Amino acid sequence: MKPRLLDLGDGALTLELGDRIDAALNAKVMAARDSLVALRLDGISDVVPTYRSLTVHFDPLRLDRNMLGRRLLEAALAPSQESALATRWLIPVVFGEEFGPDLAEVARVTGHSEAAVIDALCAIELRVFLIGFLPGFPYLGELPEWLRLPRLATPRAAVPANSLAIAGAQAAVYPWASPGGWHLLGRTPARLFDLNDATRPALLAPGDTVRFTPVSRDEFDRLATAVALRELDAAQWQAK
Amino acid sequence: MIEILDCPMPVTVQDAGRPGYRHLGVPLSGALDPDFLAIANALVGNPASSAALELRLLGLRLRATAPLTLALAGACSAQIEDVSGELRPAAAWDSHSLAQGETLIVGKLHDGIAYLAFAGGLDLPEVLGSRSTYVRAGIGGLDGRALKAGDCLKVGAGTRPNPLRLPQPPRPPDGPLRIVPGPQREYFTDDAWSRLLGDEFVISREADRMGLRLDGPRLEHDPERGADIVSDAVTPGVIQVPGDGRPIILLADCQTVGGYPKIATVIGADLPRLGRVLPGQTLRFVEVGIDQALAARRQAANDLAACLAGMVPSGAQLDLIALYNTNLIDGVIDARQANQP
Repeated sequence: MKPRLLDLGDGALTLELGDRIDAALNAKVMAARDSLVALRLDGISDVVPTYRSLTVHFDPLRLDRNMLGRRLLEAALAPSQESALATRWLIPVVFGEEFGPDLAEVARVTGHSEAAVIDALCAIELRVFLIGFLPGFPYLGELPEWLRLPRLATPRAAVPANSLAIAGAQAAVYPWASPGGWHLLGRTPARLFDLNDATRPALLAPGDTVRFTPVSRDEFDRLATAVALRELDAAQWQAK
Repeated sequence: MIEILDCPMPVTVQDAGRPGYRHLGVPLSGALDPDFLAIANALVGNPASSAALELRLLGLRLRATAPLTLALAGACSAQIEDVSGELRPAAAWDSHSLAQGETLIVGKLHDGIAYLAFAGGLDLPEVLGSRSTYVRAGIGGLDGRALKAGDCLKVGAGTRPNPLRLPQPPRPPDGPLRIVPGPQREYFTDDAWSRLLGDEFVISREADRMGLRLDGPRLEHDPERGADIVSDAVTPGVIQVPGDGRPIILLADCQTVGGYPKIATVIGADLPRLGRVLPGQTLRFVEVGIDQALAARRQAANDLAACLAGMVPSGAQLDLIALYNTNLIDGVIDARQANQP
């Protein structure tokens, strides 16, 4: 698909690069994001990458719309190397039991053991395609074909914060308690959204990559306590 | 301090919003009608983006636990009750002083929305650079929620205000809401586009700070394309249409991305009008080009600046107003200082 500009009202422009959920396409979006952000244009309030597009919210009385459009089309040509703004994360998760009430059912439906489900999920480096739905809510992908399940027929009224969940080709970690229809496999002790950190309130940003690593219940408790006491900060979860 | 005695409809703390975090899924939020917010703040000498109370549909009652100066922007009927129970009018578009123990009673809001600003602003912590309340995630304002009876809010300590009045309230705009074609205009039949521009829509009861669902004609998607897209960014003013064909206009608290096709976007200059509409009211749309949208935005900014510059000292008599207007030629600031006691 040829890159094109779409008007999102007079205060935002969308650069559309495609119409699919696809890692290579998303990498192009992040490259365009990096390229545009590097220009440090005045009058931009938000630069929002999604699966397949990049939207710039701006003040058209301060930043010339046509100029921005040209810069966006140029940014579309940026080579999609590894994003300079991306971080690689290693996120601990305790799987199963009350932390992951759907693990047993996911194993049963897919015809694998619980251990095989955990191994498969932890073996892949997942890409943060998009943050949305709720502040800090990451859409991660993509899961192996055999692990792709439809959403729950009846969504839960309350998914506990920090739950790791899967549905379709995607995984997510709920930063907040919220209703949700995905399959809950485990829980992380990591703080996913910190309102006190105005520089980077969300742990995960679009374009980052995430690998999950299983921890024991005791280790989860130890880490969760340290996070609550603020003895551990976000840097703790960066992949070495 | 102010103490909320009664608020029948949700009242939230709002300022100019929380830009800069939309890539992390944090909505813009902020005043639905930034013009009225700026006016309310200017009346009590606050910076335009200070936090104020956003009132919807019906007003509220609150008590001043210490002397304070406040102002209302948005047509409404309001009164102040002193400690002996005597009532005096508290006109909108004017600033008023309350003595300790006095009560402000705001009744029906004729514009559907009003902002109540306090000299010195509201002393609440900034969350991600803003005091705006985003109820869905419990961010900002007072504990991230709408106010309720019994809540107490601290008024910021500021310079002694020079209370102002707006002699010419902004004229309520009329005419159809101006829209530009949306990113997914091609997802809709030409018939749907004609209906959007030709027919009348009614604001349904499903209306909150996230959006307004419209009743009226259904807008049909092109059957070849359907009603789902791979999610991309949305913004306040977007008109998105889910599979049922009933359009939703997104407002300040809308999510940052969405998966419904966007047929059109209300232009920035007309966004404040969306804060003033009420369930049951009718809406019409007219298409404009991006250049017209930009011209309208420029015009709106000039109109607001002229409105703010046209404020006069509260309680000033005609001769003072004349004097003030004469001094305008030397600049607003000088004129205000000239009238200080």
